[in-house]
Amino acid sequence: MRVLAAMSGGVDSAVAAARAVDAGHDVVGVHLALASNPASLRNGARGCCTLEDARDARRAADLLGIPFYVWDLAERFRADVVEDFVAEYAAGRTPNPCLRCNERVKFAAVLDRAVALGFDAVCTGHYARVVDAGDGRRELHRAADPAKDQSYVLGVLTAEQLQRALFPLGDTLKGDVREEAGRRGLAVAGKPDSHDVCFIADGDTAGFLRRSLGAAPGAIVDADGTVLGRHEGAYAYTVGQRRGLGLGRPASDGRPRYVLDVSPVERRVTVGPADALDVRAVLGVRPRWCGPPLGGEFHGSAQLRAHGEPVPARARRTAADTLVVDLLRPVRGVAPGQAVVLYDGTRVVGSATVDRVVRASSDVAEAGRH
Amino acid sequence: MSVPRTYLDHAATTPMRAEVLEVVTARMRVLGNASSLHASGRAARRVVEESREALAAALGARPSEVVFTSGGTEADNLAVKGLYRARQAADPRRRRVLASAVEHHAVLDPVKWLADAEEAQVEWLPVDPYGRVDVAALRASLAADPGSVALVTVMWANNEVGTVQPLSDVVSAAHEHGVPVHSDAVQAVGQLPVDFAASGLDAMTVSGHKVGGPLGVGALVVRREVELVPLLHGGGQERDVRSGTLDTPAIAGLSAAVVASQEEQPESGQRLAALRDDLVAAVLGAVPDAVLNGDPSGDLRRRLPGNAHFSFPGCEGDSLLLLLDARGIECSTGSACSAGVAQPSHVLVAMGAGPELARASLRFSLGHTSTVADVEALARAIGPVVERARLAGVVNTRKVSA
Ligand SMILES: Cc1ncc(COP(=O)(O)O)c(C=O)c1O
Repeated sequence: MRVLAAMSGGVDSAVAAARAVDAGHDVVGVHLALASNPASLRNGARGCCTLEDARDARRAADLLGIPFYVWDLAERFRADVVEDFVAEYAAGRTPNPCLRCNERVKFAAVLDRAVALGFDAVCTGHYARVVDAGDGRRELHRAADPAKDQSYVLGVLTAEQLQRALFPLGDTLKGDVREEAGRRGLAVAGKPDSHDVCFIADGDTAGFLRRSLGAAPGAIVDADGTVLGRHEGAYAYTVGQRRGLGLGRPASDGRPRYVLDVSPVERRVTVGPADALDVRAVLGVRPRWCGPPLGGEFHGSAQLRAHGEPVPARARRTAADTLVVDLLRPVRGVAPGQAVVLYDGTRVVGSATVDRVVRASSDVAEAGRH
Repeated sequence: MSVPRTYLDHAATTPMRAEVLEVVTARMRVLGNASSLHASGRAARRVVEESREALAAALGARPSEVVFTSGGTEADNLAVKGLYRARQAADPRRRRVLASAVEHHAVLDPVKWLADAEEAQVEWLPVDPYGRVDVAALRASLAADPGSVALVTVMWANNEVGTVQPLSDVVSAAHEHGVPVHSDAVQAVGQLPVDFAASGLDAMTVSGHKVGGPLGVGALVVRREVELVPLLHGGGQERDVRSGTLDTPAIAGLSAAVVASQEEQPESGQRLAALRDDLVAAVLGAVPDAVLNGDPSGDLRRRLPGNAHFSFPGCEGDSLLLLLDARGIECSTGSACSAGVAQPSHVLVAMGAGPELARASLRFSLGHTSTVADVEALARAIGPVVERARLAGVVNTRKVSA
């Protein structure tokens, strides 16, 4: 196969590319330049897409003896990931940009271009497994390393995208990948993993949103609407957040208060006790199916965060593009905008974007804001 | 990799000549610092000075006019900054730098740097759609206030589109006002007749690896009476303009390469021009809507004989590069990279090309080892490659819907 290996400059994608070469594929390495101004990130310790990362990726490709190119996807990334991220927060939702990037950049813009250029597959260093289902179909499964499993952020891939995806690290433990990198002489063997949101180099999401959206002061209220304090912008708060609320007085019952709801349009942040955070069902929109779309009722598990615990769940479609997921064990602090990914054992069935949540303490669904 | 390679990127660097390799390796085995007074030093010094004399003779200069450097980039920096600082020191009013808009980054960036850091006032001289500098604009700029001009810098021939600049007009315009002229002749040497004295230039940049010499060595040819403020201070080598222990093997190689390429030029210029014309015809035959950038005449006085530069509408230059590379054909987009990301070429933009066409461009450049087989390989590959790249180009402009 002709394989295009996306090489971020990190250890995982370097070893993934190396394994693709070992497997006998004709591999070309590509570094995706996603930052609008890579030079400005020259000294950024975190994130990806700095000049150092491009150089590290090139060094790895040279060592593997494969051609290497840099593709400028900054425009695409800005429009499809960064602006989406800001708009989602502005609307009071909590997006996952990695998921968006996989959906719209890595396995869309990059994959499409690769296919047009004559490649058969795109290879990345994601920890997830693609398993042959026997009848030509391919299934997406959790990685062997539960601590690194990234199937959640790949839950947006469709069956066609999976046909052309190669994840050579799916059955390996992270520690073994580092060791293998060392054995292969890859200089990135000891390079720290990137964390956080790659386009927010200093890790300060609230500051990034403040710069993007400007100040929008408003009130922090309790469930009854009593004003407890002020904030500089509702988007800086996330459902489930406890710290940094800046509420001087303790709650009347003495229990800690959490963010229950964020309404940027009304500039309102609602807080309350932890048990009010429990969610027993979510309504999902924009479903994406990794295999055949859901038919009848689904029994399996659901995961609501990249590193969240899966919980037993039941799901059914309510229309072509909506579904209800009953969480058989309540999940704390679910925000609209997050993805709900459905699993049948280790197999990813599909995903949807949470539009509304049903709290354990209420009978009615709370609307997400549009 | 087993794909046979077709090298069409001689403007980036060209293979070292066999005789140069001999000279360089032989000299690398020999001990000697050309500044030392003992026998080993004297032997090295003799090699350096003979190299200087031979290089000067080949380029129509006097030996004392040759300043060896670490390459074209350093020579360009020395000329631009050194001239600016010296001229400014002599008369503080001289803050204007007149430079063509199509200079190589080795000139472009020092000029910008002078503007940012040393209050130079830069005027970028416009070019016509073929990339030829507008001499009338230069004359007007000079005449506006001749006493405030520190220097004029206009390259001999452009590295991207191959356009040869009207240097004698540039020189006479500047000299009417007593303003010195520097020219980057890195691409011209070996491809065109180059004679420093006849050109009337005050300073001229030469690079080793573009003429079959070693990498990392070059020279600034500069008239004796022209003052330069040095960039490198130290041991006082190269008449105190460029300190640093002389790289005897590299200098010997540079000189041998310049001599050989200048000797061959009358014949090789014709040969390369004919080969290039075949290449242009083959590409336009396979891709009828390809646009040949630069001067279409192909006349040696107007275009480098080894240069062909095209835009392929609907394609991304880096897609073309990837696809050609996979077929063993090596060329370049000709423009500078930042973090490996191709920027729309400032040369094409100055020539009036839109960003689309600028990004869709590719340079093929021929040199002393180029053959008919190279052109034939490209002729076979370019049609299918452009077709594929167009598919990818369409894909990439389509926006993913939510
Ligand atoms: C016109 C021109 N000037 C200067 C240079 C830089 O020369 P060097 O690579 O020797 O530093 C080049 C080479 O890329 C060039 O083409």
